[in-house]
Amino acid sequence: MESKFYDEDKLIIFKITDEIDDHSVQMIRRKIDYEIQRYMPKKIVFDFNNVSFMDSAGIGLIIGRYKLAKILGAKLELSNLTGSVKKIFEMSGVLRLIPVTEN
Amino acid sequence: MKENFTNEMKIEFISKSSNEAFARIAVAAFASQLDPTIEELADIKTAVSEAVTNCIIHGYDKKQGIVKIVSKLKENEILIEISDKGKGIKNIEEAKEPLYTTKPNLERSGMGFTIMESFMDKMEIESIVGLGTKITMSKTIKPKLENEDEDFKMILKD
Ligand SMILES: Nc1ncnc2c1ncn2[C@@H]1O[C@H](COP(=O)(O)OP(=O)(O)OP(=O)(O)O)[C@@H](O)[C@H]1O
Ligand SMILES: [Mg+2]
Repeated sequence: MESKFYDEDKLIIFKITDEIDDHSVQMIRRKIDYEIQRYMPKKIVFDFNNVSFMDSAGIGLIIGRYKLAKILGAKLELSNLTGSVKKIFEMSGVLRLIPVTEN
Repeated sequence: MKENFTNEMKIEFISKSSNEAFARIAVAAFASQLDPTIEELADIKTAVSEAVTNCIIHGYDKKQGIVKIVSKLKENEILIEISDKGKGIKNIEEAKEPLYTTKPNLERSGMGFTIMESFMDKMEIESIVGLGTKITMSKTIKPKLENEDEDFKMILKD
C-alpha cells in the first residue's frame, strides 16, 4: 500500500495494492490508521485500482475507517471500483454512505 | 443416486489466516479446467475466501483445527464443500441474514453468507453445535459463445 498526503488540501490518498482478505486486512488497517492519526486529514481517498482481490474483509475495513473519519471530522471517498470489488461494495450498502469517484 | 463426476480434489490445511489466499487460489486453479471467465473465477475465489475465513475465525476462533475442502467437477458445474470441526452455528437462518455478525468488534460486516449466496448458484449450510459446519456451494460455468469459434474459423481459413 502506498499513501500520499497533500498538505494544502489536507487530503490523504491511500493506494491499496494488496489483496484484501481477513489475513492481509490487519496490516492494511494498521498502516491506514497510523497515517490518518499522523496527518489528521480532512479528506481521505481509497484508490482500489490495484486491488486484484477483495472479500467481505474490505467492507469491514471501509466501514471501520468511515467511523474513524466521522470522529475526526474527515470525509471519505472511494475511487476506481471495478469488477467484484464494486459488486461487493454495492451489495453491502456502503455506497449509500460513501461517495465514489473515478481515477 | 449415482453422480458422475469427471474430476475431484481434496485439500486440508490448518486454520491459519495465511492459508486463506492458498485455499482460494487452489480451488480457482482446479475450477479453471471448466474454462470459466475471469468474472466467474473471481466469484468462485470470493465465495471460497468467505467460507474458509468463517471456518478459521468463527468455527475455530483462536483454537487450531483443520479446514477441509472437497471440490468436484461435473460437466460444466463445480461443486465445493468447505468444512470445519469447530463450534458450529446455533441458528442458521439468523446467521444467513445480511449484516448479521457475532463479531462486530473485529470489523466483520456480516456479509459473508450473502456474498456466497449471490456469487454462487447454490449455497447450503449444515451445522451442528459442538461438532462443526459444512458449506456446500455449486456454480455452473456458462458455455462460451459460439461466436468465438466463428472468429477462429475466420482466422484459420486457408
Ligand atoms: N464456520 C462457522 N462456524 C461457526 N459459526 C459460523 C461459521 N460461519 C459463520 N458463522 C456464524 O455466522 C455469522 C455470519 O457469517 P457471515 O460470514 O455472513 O458474517 P461474518 O463472518 O460475521 O462477517 P463477514 O463475513 O462479513 O466478515 C458469523 O458471525 C458467525 O456467528
Ligand atoms: Mg464471514
